[in-house]
Amino acid sequence: MVLTIKSLTDSHSGLARRRTICAQEKIFMAKRDLTIPDPELKRTEEPSELLRELVAHLRQNRTQLREEWVVRISETRLLTAMTKEEIFAEATSVYDSYVEALETEAFEALQAYARNLSERIIPRGVETHEVVGIVLLLRDVLARSLFAKYQTDFKKLNRILDAYEPAANRIANTVAVGFVQERERVIRQQQEAIRELSTPVLQVRERLLILPIIGVIDPQRARQLTEQLLRGIRTNRAKVVVIDITGVAAMDVTVANHLVQTVEASRLLGATVIVTGLSPEIAQTLVTIGVDLGKMNTVGDLQGGIEQAERLLGYKVASIAEPR
Amino acid sequence: MEVPILKQGAFLIATFQAALSDADLNQLRMGLVQQVVKFRSRAVIVDVTAMDVMDSFASRTLREIAHMIRLRGAETVIVGIQPEVAFAMVQLGLTLEGVATALDLEEGLAYLNEKFKVTN
Repeated sequence: MVLTIKSLTDSHSGLARRRTICAQEKIFMAKRDLTIPDPELKRTEEPSELLRELVAHLRQNRTQLREEWVVRISETRLLTAMTKEEIFAEATSVYDSYVEALETEAFEALQAYARNLSERIIPRGVETHEVVGIVLLLRDVLARSLFAKYQTDFKKLNRILDAYEPAANRIANTVAVGFVQERERVIRQQQEAIRELSTPVLQVRERLLILPIIGVIDPQRARQLTEQLLRGIRTNRAKVVVIDITGVAAMDVTVANHLVQTVEASRLLGATVIVTGLSPEIAQTLVTIGVDLGKMNTVGDLQGGIEQAERLLGYKVASIAEPR
Repeated sequence: MEVPILKQGAFLIATFQAALSDADLNQLRMGLVQQVVKFRSRAVIVDVTAMDVMDSFASRTLREIAHMIRLRGAETVIVGIQPEVAFAMVQLGLTLEGVATALDLEEGLAYLNEKFKVTN
């Protein structure tokens, strides 16, 4: 009944109706509280007490449990990229944060810690499976310790675990996700850097532009290059553009198509494109995708490309003096 | 909206204003060819600087204009295609094959003057 009340839509009258119904809800809940506390209700209150109890136990045995954890870590050959001292230092703070997270359920703090930890250890070459691995090991070490303590009282052990397990699993999840997010952030950052490595559009003669491309071109970068080039053609009133791809090792079919489109779009702006520096692999790709080579003006290297461009523009280069 | 067609010596210049309807485009096609006949023009420059989108109908019409005008022994040059429009056109495969293009009116005239070596 409570559920259907909550699903009312928000019209003006609906809102007024909702307000009165919320008031009714409160009366309903208040009435419930006055009734005899049912056993269900009693059990759901215990977890926080149990949590406090197990957290106290974990704190008391901190030194021993942490030692055990570090031993398990080296047994399973995790964190081989770090030294024993580094592992111990990190283990201490991870342990304390873990227990604190169990207690306060303040996962924002743990999330921030996880991200911070990732920032420090990712550059050292620690893998995701190692991070997840050590968090799960800690969870196991602490669980075993709880088994040992409450082994005589099975019912209590179950209730303790009911309190411990969801919290511990959330922690493992949070740390793993934090780690992965940090890696993704680094990857995005590097992608940006590669994109910025681009590609100045350079004017080397009147009406002649050169676009030297270096590195990996993904479809997004290819698109960016095209837009930059077309704007450059218009700004510099270029009639010839030399696109040099000596620095590009390989090109997939999508990017090769982008290149062809760039050539065609440039033509629509009245500019001729000369492509230079095609590697054997790229030449193969272009032939494979069936590019109409009649449309593409290609020359072996940049020097040849510039010479041809100059011819197209009516320049002639003549030596006027002996080189000194 | 009628597209103004101006005479510049042996050439005609048609300047598109912003969005042209299909009817406008059809009217232009007939109008241009008639003017080429009337003035015995050597070439037509179609200035599309004001067009910020180019759909397949407009693109086909431009190609048809160029072909019809070529049948009268005259040349067509499309000028002023904007970078964004050029990009969109090639992505849709509208390449205006066989039609000369230039950056703008000045370049278009320079190209034609060079080609015909006409002094106006």
